[in-house]
Amino acid sequence: MAFSRLMNISINVNGVVRQAQVEPRTTLVDFLRDTLKLTGTHIGCEHGVCGACSVLLDGEPVRSCCMFAVQADGLSVTTVEGLAPERGRLSAIQDAFCEKHALQCGYCTPGMLVACHALVARHPRPDEAQIREAISGNLCRCTGYQQIVDAVQHATAQESSHD
Amino acid sequence: MKAAPFDYVRAEGLDHALELLHQHGYEAKLLAGGQSLVPMMAMRLARPALLVDIHRVSALQSLDVSDTAVVTGAVVRQRTLEDEVSLHAHIPLVAAALRWVGHGQTRNRGTVGGSLVHADPSAELPLAALVLDARLRLTSQDEGERSVAAGEFFLGPMFTDTRDTECLTAIEWPVWDARGTGCAFDEIAIRHGDFAIASAAAQVRVDASGVCRRAAFGLGGVDGVPRSFPELAQRLEGQRLDDDLLRDVAEDAAAACEPGSDLHATAEYRRHLAAVLAVRVLRRAAQSAQSSVRSV
Repeated sequence: MAFSRLMNISINVNGVVRQAQVEPRTTLVDFLRDTLKLTGTHIGCEHGVCGACSVLLDGEPVRSCCMFAVQADGLSVTTVEGLAPERGRLSAIQDAFCEKHALQCGYCTPGMLVACHALVARHPRPDEAQIREAISGNLCRCTGYQQIVDAVQHATAQESSHD
Repeated sequence: MKAAPFDYVRAEGLDHALELLHQHGYEAKLLAGGQSLVPMMAMRLARPALLVDIHRVSALQSLDVSDTAVVTGAVVRQRTLEDEVSLHAHIPLVAAALRWVGHGQTRNRGTVGGSLVHADPSAELPLAALVLDARLRLTSQDEGERSVAAGEFFLGPMFTDTRDTECLTAIEWPVWDARGTGCAFDEIAIRHGDFAIASAAAQVRVDASGVCRRAAFGLGGVDGVPRSFPELAQRLEGQRLDDDLLRDVAEDAAAACEPGSDLHATAEYRRHLAAVLAVRVLRRAAQSAQSSVRSV
């Protein structure tokens, strides 16, 4: 068996089936960013600590630096680019992040948004403890967490017509 | 922070995985959820030549319940077990421990078996397995199946009794009589979801008069392996679980540990935490056992 044999993979990314040849050691986040040029997903620590690279895998939040692209073969991935209902619009959570100043430098934001979307999919009206639990795997080093909690509460308290 | 090159095969079934392990021996490594192995490969602490992905092997994803045990397949995801609320009454200590395992994102990928074979001395599921006296089923192509008690499985930090050609297939979690049983899990970490500086787990059963009939408890993060204390737990049996007794037993347990020092905590502080956490989980387990007797 030769080293680093290239492998064919097929992953549904944001609703589009993307096929590619990758080295087994290519992480899912490198595949998304370098191969597909979807640079919305950020790379922070690359070993599963910061949460910046969070994406939805078959609807559930995972760290895309802690899996290889080959492991996602045949599965569906949603990145931050796929959270909005359509091009040019924001999801209720994205809108609330702007409204409540839930981002500053923006580095953690894609991961935070993905984690919060996954939370709201499970719990449409999360309480503060559930929100804090949901973002506990995502580090923010500037805004702090309070505005992010505020944003999720804001988005989920409204009788939201969009999203 | 990129893994060294390796080959990857997605196992088509357990036999296929065992065949690959048989062929490649220690150069191959099983990949389940990857929440420990992939970061270790990124840091080049692990450099397998071949990854055998068993995450989708359906034979390793079973969940079975009998009167005496819950049997979880090795690659049952931590999140799956967390969501199987109907099982929680049978193995409440496992349910309590799972809430402390990493974060939602890691539990979505991480597996129950992966956490056990990784054997981090501060990890929650190895401690729960040890306290409950779980049995681990291992199988290889050459030597077939064997079953190892958790107490004999953890040999050192990230070192277990798993042979190079073996795959953990399932874990048998003993079920205690629900009536009068209570449990508790607690830990101290820098932030929730981080590796524990120290952790503790306890399960006790009391009879209608409040006398302890069965007890088990253990400590994590305060030695090279998770520790349980069957002899100290025996001192609780036949007794009323008053605070003085629990404190004595907790302090003896902490004294028996050999914690290390690191950036986060000195050995002395870890030993202090061990005693505090042990008495805390014993007290809570006793309280929930008492209310369980009254409510049934």
